[in-house]
Amino acid sequence: MTQSGRTFFLRPRDAIGIVILAVLLLVILPLALDNFRLQFVGKYLTYAFVALGLVLCWGYAGILSLGQGVFFGLGGYCMAMYLKLEASSVENTKIQSTPGIPDFMDWNQITSLPWFWEPFRSFGFTTLAVIVVPAIFAFIVGFAMFKRRVGGVYFAIITQALAAILTILIIGQQGYTGGINGITDLRTLHGWDIRTDSAKTVLYFVCVGLLLACILIAYFVKSSKLGRILVAMRDKEDRVRFSGYDVASFKVFVFCLAASLSAIGGAMFTLQVGFMSPSFVGIVPSIEMVIYTAVGGRLSILGAIYGTLLVNWAKTSFSESFPELWLFGLGGLFIAVVLLFPNGIAGLWQTYVAPRLGPLFSDKPKAAVRTAATPPASPSGPVAPAAAE
Amino acid sequence: MNTQVIADQMNKDFVLAVEGLTVSFDGFKAVNDLSFYVDENEIRVIIGPNGAGKTTVLDLICGRTKATTGSIRFKDRELTTMKEHEIVRAGVGRKFQNPSIYEDLTVFENLEISYPKGRSVVGALTFRRDAAVKGRVHEVAETIFLADQLDQRAEYLSHGQKQWLEIGMLLIQDPELLMLDEPVAGMSVSERKKTAELLNTIIKDRSVIVIEHDMKFVEDIAHKVTVLHQGKILSEGSMAKVQADPKVIEVYLGH
Repeated sequence: MTQSGRTFFLRPRDAIGIVILAVLLLVILPLALDNFRLQFVGKYLTYAFVALGLVLCWGYAGILSLGQGVFFGLGGYCMAMYLKLEASSVENTKIQSTPGIPDFMDWNQITSLPWFWEPFRSFGFTTLAVIVVPAIFAFIVGFAMFKRRVGGVYFAIITQALAAILTILIIGQQGYTGGINGITDLRTLHGWDIRTDSAKTVLYFVCVGLLLACILIAYFVKSSKLGRILVAMRDKEDRVRFSGYDVASFKVFVFCLAASLSAIGGAMFTLQVGFMSPSFVGIVPSIEMVIYTAVGGRLSILGAIYGTLLVNWAKTSFSESFPELWLFGLGGLFIAVVLLFPNGIAGLWQTYVAPRLGPLFSDKPKAAVRTAATPPASPSGPVAPAAAE
Repeated sequence: MNTQVIADQMNKDFVLAVEGLTVSFDGFKAVNDLSFYVDENEIRVIIGPNGAGKTTVLDLICGRTKATTGSIRFKDRELTTMKEHEIVRAGVGRKFQNPSIYEDLTVFENLEISYPKGRSVVGALTFRRDAAVKGRVHEVAETIFLADQLDQRAEYLSHGQKQWLEIGMLLIQDPELLMLDEPVAGMSVSERKKTAELLNTIIKDRSVIVIEHDMKFVEDIAHKVTVLHQGKILSEGSMAKVQADPKVIEVYLGH
């Protein structure tokens, strides 16, 4: 099996899984749900981009980031800046003391557009920025830490701190960022009104299309030798290093990739929901995103998508009836997943369902059981002999 | 100046020249002013009591530990200033004391990762499992007695097989200098015999440094033995010479 050297990067069962997901998202849900509910699914799916990045970064490479909201937010803010500028045309804002700049700037006595807003008048630049800005930020953070061999729980704490810092920065710089309210009252994209029901349906399908494309990218990375190196690094980092690989550069790569994926989700969030605010950047949303991944299965690309959908669906239904209990429910869910089924829904599927569906869907049974039973990502390196011997 | 030229020429003949190597951990000198030279195709065994600094010497050569002072020259390249992966790419391979393999991957994938191609990020993304790779993996798997286990996840191998797999992972790198840290430790008698056989085939055409406690095994393979004690060389030479050295008997062999 492994030696046959697939010329195509998808195994048959991966391809089937993607097709099933595509049919669910593109056909079944749009037919089964009314517009209002479908928009909810569209919003959930934007978090699925983050979960996808976390599968690669946390599940495969063992790098737990508790700050993915930063990248989701950066992507979302890039898109929001473009939309806000379009909504702040001179005739729309003629009652302001300085017409032609976003309303919140006017309220904060800013009289000209800050330089870093200027390029976001261009849609081409914005699209590029959505992907590149978070990647550059992730590169700087990743390079600084991974080259110094900061990893494991320290890395998680630092990313968590970054999420807090960025939130504080956005709230504090009200005149440039819209502060705690975020960037609101977004109206059109290239003159196309994104607030109508039909536009939201179109955006839903765009979001699904992008998600499926990102899933294919994730599968490509996973099935390349780079994917296997990530798994190897998670297990025995020193062995990889002493096999001639610059471990840090692989970590930086996967961290940047996860950042860009999250940012695409953030940009789609802004487009579908119509605003972006610091409440999607901070610590709480970042940890929620990790929980989606854990529930779905951090080692499973498709599992993470289903995990995101399920947890968010539960969140919406739950918080409609018991808003104050939801956070406890979420915390309990996370603990239950970690203790009882460390590989999430995908792990349960692999262990109990897939073996009954025949060889197309399951690994050799022995391997599948063991995979489910042994949580990987232990940060302990090999041997580490005492210094003097 | 004349002596400098002579010394330089002497250095060139050695694959590895360690000179004045010292490493100090908070004042404790684990390796203290150590100098030794390894010839082309030489098999050097390092022995010594626990805490003598044997593993630290290997750590220093492969860049895992940075030297406080001194130099390590490998084929005229200074290793002390190079990064670990650069040292590997220069041709130095290292086996760890405990089997260090990737348990979540198959035997084939373990060997493939060590194949010296596609070591950059882009290289790894575009790496193709072509006939040359497959051929080489099969060839090495044959050598390490694991040809029929290629699809097995490495975690299911026995302890001895894991050691062989790691040796295979080094073999596929084809290093000019191979460093083995207790390659037969924890093996059964039959595994040990097979391993000695294996090592005898793979040490051809390369220089090897081995750390080993098993005297029978040392006798079988060593060209030259270096005895370390408290970070310094206690004795060096042929096995017979070292075994007869009263200092060595006192601190090590006499136990």
